[in-house]
Amino acid sequence: MKGFALHFCFCDTRPMKFSLLVLSAPHSRQASQSALKFAQTALANGHELYRVFFYQDGVHNASQLQSPPQDETNLHDEWQALADTQGTDLVVCIAAALKRGILDADEAERYERPQHNLAKPFELSGLGQLLDAQLQSDRLITFA
Amino acid sequence: MKKILVLQKQAPYGSSLARDGLDYVLTSAAYDQDISMAFIGDGVWQLVKSQQPAEIKQKSQLAALDVLSLYDVEKLYACHEDLNARGLSPQDLGVDVTCISRAEIKQLMVEQDHVIGF
Repeated sequence: MKGFALHFCFCDTRPMKFSLLVLSAPHSRQASQSALKFAQTALANGHELYRVFFYQDGVHNASQLQSPPQDETNLHDEWQALADTQGTDLVVCIAAALKRGILDADEAERYERPQHNLAKPFELSGLGQLLDAQLQSDRLITFA
Repeated sequence: MKKILVLQKQAPYGSSLARDGLDYVLTSAAYDQDISMAFIGDGVWQLVKSQQPAEIKQKSQLAALDVLSLYDVEKLYACHEDLNARGLSPQDLGVDVTCISRAEIKQLMVEQDHVIGF
């Protein structure tokens, strides 16, 4: 344990593979903003971000229709920028999303809804992707 | 196959987390992982007998927990201290769980490959 503690104090820069689980909606809770900041910082420090999985109210991060004031963060756009520049995998739980009115074009057609609000780089998928993220990553960090 | 501990920390019905956590357990079990569940904090309320959530237009968490044995998820634990703090005893519970101390839950966490909480 002593050796481990010393190693930690000297800032071990061995790259780690992180995945993030986001459970709350933008603006209502700080969690989405914290998750984004963590993601950006981890990548800037040379770590790998395997996946960001949006579950429960976190699915609201994926809505293209978010329109916050100019001086506040647009979380959809920030996550999109991360995917565009870093190739980050952004996965949204389909069951949680459908219930909350977050749909891509295919689901909007399937459920005969007038609009859709989710598009690439966000993807709708199942909880199997969260399990995969947990199994493949050194750490899965939850932002609730 | 990995050892995964899922912590259930919320009461049912007030938020979807109780159900969401259970859905994750069922998914992981379907992919043949070695799952344990620990009901801690307000999560112990999920276990209480005689829930009638149809009255509030919700699906029963208790009935959903019954499905666990079909998925071979049998390592279920509830925290003693959290039951006591809420005036609950093992007799009040409608699910076959092992009541253990907070210290034992901590030890359980150490033994896992992965821990996730809802």
